Amino acid sequence: MPTAPPSGNDPSTVAPLVRVRGLSFRRGDRIIFQNVDLDIPRGKVTAIMGPSGAGKTTLLRLIGGQIRPDAGRIEVDGLCVHELGRRELYQLRKRMSMLFQSGALFTDLSVFENVAFPLREHTRLPENLLRILVLMKLEAVGLRGARDLMPSELSGGMARRAALARAIALDPMMILYDEPFSGQDPITMGVLLKLIRTLNDALGLTSIIVSHDVKETASIADYIYLITDGAVVDHGEPQTLEHSPSAWVDQFLHALPDGPMSFHYPAPAYAQELALAEEARRA
Amino acid sequence: MLDGLRRLGQATLRWLNRLGHATLFLLGLLRALGALSRRPGLIVRQLYALGVLSLPIIAMSGLFVGMVLGLQGYANLVDFGATSTLGTVVALSLVRELGPVLAALLYAARAGSALTAEIGLMKATEQLACMQMMAVDPFARVFAPRFVAGFLAMPLLAGIFTAIGILGGYFVAVQQLGVDSGAFWSQMQAVVGLVDDVLYGVVIKSVAFGWVANWIAVFEGYDAMPTSEGISLATTRTVVNTALVVLALDFVLTALFFGV
Repeated sequence: MPTAPPSGNDPSTVAPLVRVRGLSFRRGDRIIFQNVDLDIPRGKVTAIMGPSGAGKTTLLRLIGGQIRPDAGRIEVDGLCVHELGRRELYQLRKRMSMLFQSGALFTDLSVFENVAFPLREHTRLPENLLRILVLMKLEAVGLRGARDLMPSELSGGMARRAALARAIALDPMMILYDEPFSGQDPITMGVLLKLIRTLNDALGLTSIIVSHDVKETASIADYIYLITDGAVVDHGEPQTLEHSPSAWVDQFLHALPDGPMSFHYPAPAYAQELALAEEARRA
Repeated sequence: MLDGLRRLGQATLRWLNRLGHATLFLLGLLRALGALSRRPGLIVRQLYALGVLSLPIIAMSGLFVGMVLGLQGYANLVDFGATSTLGTVVALSLVRELGPVLAALLYAARAGSALTAEIGLMKATEQLACMQMMAVDPFARVFAPRFVAGFLAMPLLAGIFTAIGILGGYFVAVQQLGVDSGAFWSQMQAVVGLVDDVLYGVVIKSVAFGWVANWIAVFEGYDAMPTSEGISLATTRTVVNTALVVLALDFVLTALFFGV
């Protein structure tokens, strides 16, 4: 589905940070993406939403170069991710971060050391400067006081925030958020929403949020892509999508039980299957 | 019949595929050694986890094995009035075979299984993927330090096992059963050769066992299915495969160095 670059920046002067063209990807016989196009504008919060299993996390992994597409191009800041050599890919990754669904904190390191990890790996900063930087990052997510705790001592929300502090440690140009709100209580969700929006604006980041928490994500997103069955169903600003003529979009955004999205996983006819079972029992 | 052949063929192909995968993984480990040489601290930390923390079980096992050798050796040699050779029997058994083999088996059970479980859990909790997304190579940061540290620890642990085993044998033979202390040590000194026994026995064998034990442990963790069942299976495979490979390799090395 061809897409125009999202509004917000003048498309003629500002190239999108992420540009996906003709993306196709499959796992075994299952098609995850079929000829997908999308653009992620710079400096904005872009949400990619869709039902579970739609391939949202796979899309993040494709953008991050963790997996390769079967066809099409994925460009990040003008570089074709899957054509980069290992060294170039790692150079690019130093400018992007990913917040994993689980937080993925290193369990043998304290919160402080987790945030310091990318700085220690990629810089030669003296210890006192490194400490100041880490404390600043932790202060930004409200966890300066928790710096000596181990990941096992953190709540789910605190772990996400600690992971967020680590994600911004190297001042990346872009952060990929994989289901940042799943399993969080309303207060923690509110905190994370505010953090993502504030950090994006204050640090001049580009954020891509993969989520199926519709209302929460839409409240901070500048632009939304809705994907299902391997394709972009619709895209636009949150207010525009509210009035989408698509029945699928209406069902998804308003959490309606009836609509084009079937409740049942594809299966043979119910009556036929029951009759076969009955025949087998008699035989 | 044909079904059986097909299944056998499939199993062989799967095994070869896995062996190829493990070999590529080993090449990745070797490639990461350059980067690792600039960060010896990573190896030292793992030497503590894999080597120092394995010391109690190695020392205790070595002591008991040596004591059993002393007892068994005495019970058999006393009938021939040859208890003065007990030191040689204990030392040769430990230096040539039991020291490196049992130390490797104990290492696989204590440290190898822990390595597999740790790396498997890092994979399951996305820590490895996260590291890669931070442009940090897990081969240089996680796998290679553990492999190298384990490889270095193995000969040291086998040496300690052997030395404590000999002391255990001495304690039982000399202190408890009354074998002459001078005969115990002098016979041992006269017969056990530094190159023929110590180098070909405990040193080379434990180096070879350390290589395969750590390769298997780290690879199984890396290759584990990222689920609880997957990690459990990988941990079991580490212990079982290491035991089998160590025993088979021991036969090959024994035939090579000590065969007639």
